[in-house]
Amino acid sequence: MNLNLTLIGQAIAFAIFVWFCMKYVWPPVTEAMRARQKKIADGLDAASRASRDLELAQEKASQTLRESKEQAAQIIEQANKRANQIIEEAKDQAREEGERLITAAKAEIDQEVNRAKEQLRAQVALLAVRGAEQILEASIDEKAHSELVNKLAAEL
Amino acid sequence: MAGTNPTASEYIQHHLQNLTLGFHPENGLSFAHGAKEAQEMGFWAIHVDTLGWSVLLGCIFLYIFNKAAKSVTTGVPNGLQNFVEILVEFVDKSVKETFHGRSSLIAPLSLTIFCWIFLMNLMDLVPVDWLPMLASSLGIEYMKVVPTTDVNATLGMSISVFVLIIYYSIKVKGVKGFAAELTLHPFNSKWMIPFNFLLEGVGLLAKPISLALRLFGNLYAGELIFILIAILPFWIQWALSVPWAIFHILVITLQAFIFMMLTIVYLSMACEDH
Repeated sequence: MNLNLTLIGQAIAFAIFVWFCMKYVWPPVTEAMRARQKKIADGLDAASRASRDLELAQEKASQTLRESKEQAAQIIEQANKRANQIIEEAKDQAREEGERLITAAKAEIDQEVNRAKEQLRAQVALLAVRGAEQILEASIDEKAHSELVNKLAAEL
Repeated sequence: MAGTNPTASEYIQHHLQNLTLGFHPENGLSFAHGAKEAQEMGFWAIHVDTLGWSVLLGCIFLYIFNKAAKSVTTGVPNGLQNFVEILVEFVDKSVKETFHGRSSLIAPLSLTIFCWIFLMNLMDLVPVDWLPMLASSLGIEYMKVVPTTDVNATLGMSISVFVLIIYYSIKVKGVKGFAAELTLHPFNSKWMIPFNFLLEGVGLLAKPISLALRLFGNLYAGELIFILIAILPFWIQWALSVPWAIFHILVITLQAFIFMMLTIVYLSMACEDH
């Protein structure tokens, strides 16, 4: 075996072949590898982001729950307070109404009493006139004496 | 070739001659000088170049994958790990699609077969004269750098696969089941046993032989064409050599894949119970 130009010929061919590989074979391969790497990186990123999001969401949810519980307690307290207030007001109103009714009834009673007194007076005056008539056994002019009797009755 | 310019046929023969170490009837334990002496050594001789290159390439494969496995991360893979992961995923997917049994051997075996054969085939793309010339300048007369162009290498691998086929057949079906498969198929009759055995025996033996010869034939032919191109005047070689090399990127990958895929298929057939 001796060295000759075949070596150079093969070197040329090999150089062209290597150039071809660099230009057309290697890029798709490295591109595929890079794409895979990126996909994995993205996937891992997304996973860690998702877990962080989940953590945040859980925290937020528990905070919201706590807040709403507080709010609910506050509302219940307010409602209780308000209910008490309403009851107190109703009691006051009822008391006032009762007192008003009592006074009205009292006033009516007084009125009735007065009316009865008036009637009694009128009747007493009549009775008195009748009595006097009978006593005097004479006809007395009712009109002339009624004023007198009325005066008498008013003194009763 | 003592300093004279070789003729074309001498050149080709020289390139197709392995570096054979064996026990010659006249010269004793020595390297063969030419095909005739190598033949006279008979069966008990070894192709040192085939063994050396295949072992070296196997070690390169193991070194690269071991290096990737040692620095493996669960996060974003770096370049080497990414590359190895792609290969492993690819092989694992092929195995899962074809082999439905459970075996911890099949996937690593397939990965090794694929990568190793690919690397051995890859030597085909190195210019045919470079390494032999380097060797001859170091005093080594013959140097065939593509192990898969040596039928000993491909048969060696396919016989290993054949042994696995037999092993799994017997392991899954039992000796009786395996014998029944060989003798009671395709005609289930007592009288047809010899005929069945002949048919099935040929079918079984064809597996490793076709596996070996397919790989050997493809690569041998490819190498031969590279050698033929190398005989042309040096200024025109690139015009044929480059397209053939580019085409060979496909061939070497495809042959490695076919060898792997057929290994998986044969082993899955061996593991299937009828």
